[in-house]
Amino acid sequence: MATKILAGVNVDVNEEGYLNDNSQWNKEIAAAIAKEEGIAELTAEHWKVIEFLQTDYKEKGALPTIRRINVACVPTKEFYTLFPGGPLKKAAKIAGLPKPASCV
Amino acid sequence: MSENPAKIKKVSIIISKGSLDGIYPGLIMANGARMEGIEVNLFFTFFGLYGILKKYNKGIKIATVGNPTMRVPDAKGLPLPTLVGLIPGMSAFATWMMKREIEKLDIPPIPEMLEMIHDAGGRIFACKATVDMFHLTKEDFSPQVEKVLTVGEFYEISAGAQIIFT
Repeated sequence: MATKILAGVNVDVNEEGYLNDNSQWNKEIAAAIAKEEGIAELTAEHWKVIEFLQTDYKEKGALPTIRRINVACVPTKEFYTLFPGGPLKKAAKIAGLPKPASCV
Repeated sequence: MSENPAKIKKVSIIISKGSLDGIYPGLIMANGARMEGIEVNLFFTFFGLYGILKKYNKGIKIATVGNPTMRVPDAKGLPLPTLVGLIPGMSAFATWMMKREIEKLDIPPIPEMLEMIHDAGGRIFACKATVDMFHLTKEDFSPQVEKVLTVGEFYEISAGAQIIFT
């Protein structure tokens, strides 16, 4: 457990940089994590994914699979373009959610 | 986590077996690699090639004969004797049972999984020797198959990659 200054506030993160406490999350923190992950600006499309992950996580207690995101949120191709180099991991981290725990 | 040595950047996955449990592991590893931002080339050879034949890849089955680890009705059940596995319909039934479990994990059927890997930027190839041996043409393949490759071309494409044979 460590703390890190993101968007000017102290937040609890784990050793891989995922937020430990989702209640500390806000949009400025999301933007700060996104920058660290190489996404300069979060567009409306990014927010659509982030909000979908958060709602789904709240309802189901787990992150959606790539397949579910493809059906219910954005097509797979677009998902990979929006969050290049590990879309689900990156999007989950930016959304203040835990690291994906499924193989798919 | 301990000190990370060099991160894997690129993998080549060879799928050589044509049963359900021969094809899925390679597909899951390929998709998982893309999810990690790892570059992926998938190469289908011998009976594994049926995984990318659009006429047949919906009907890929589990072997109930010659599969001594198989148990029924579930993974902790009784061993399935070869002579019982021989009964017509056994393989189809076992396949149906397993597909149901696969679906529960939200792992798509093979044709959809190829599409998913392709959309994720994974590249899919067929083995030239097998294609010639089976007398196949481009029309036999799923649309995601990019090219038929010789072994030499496969190694060229795999430059700098880890090669995984399944």
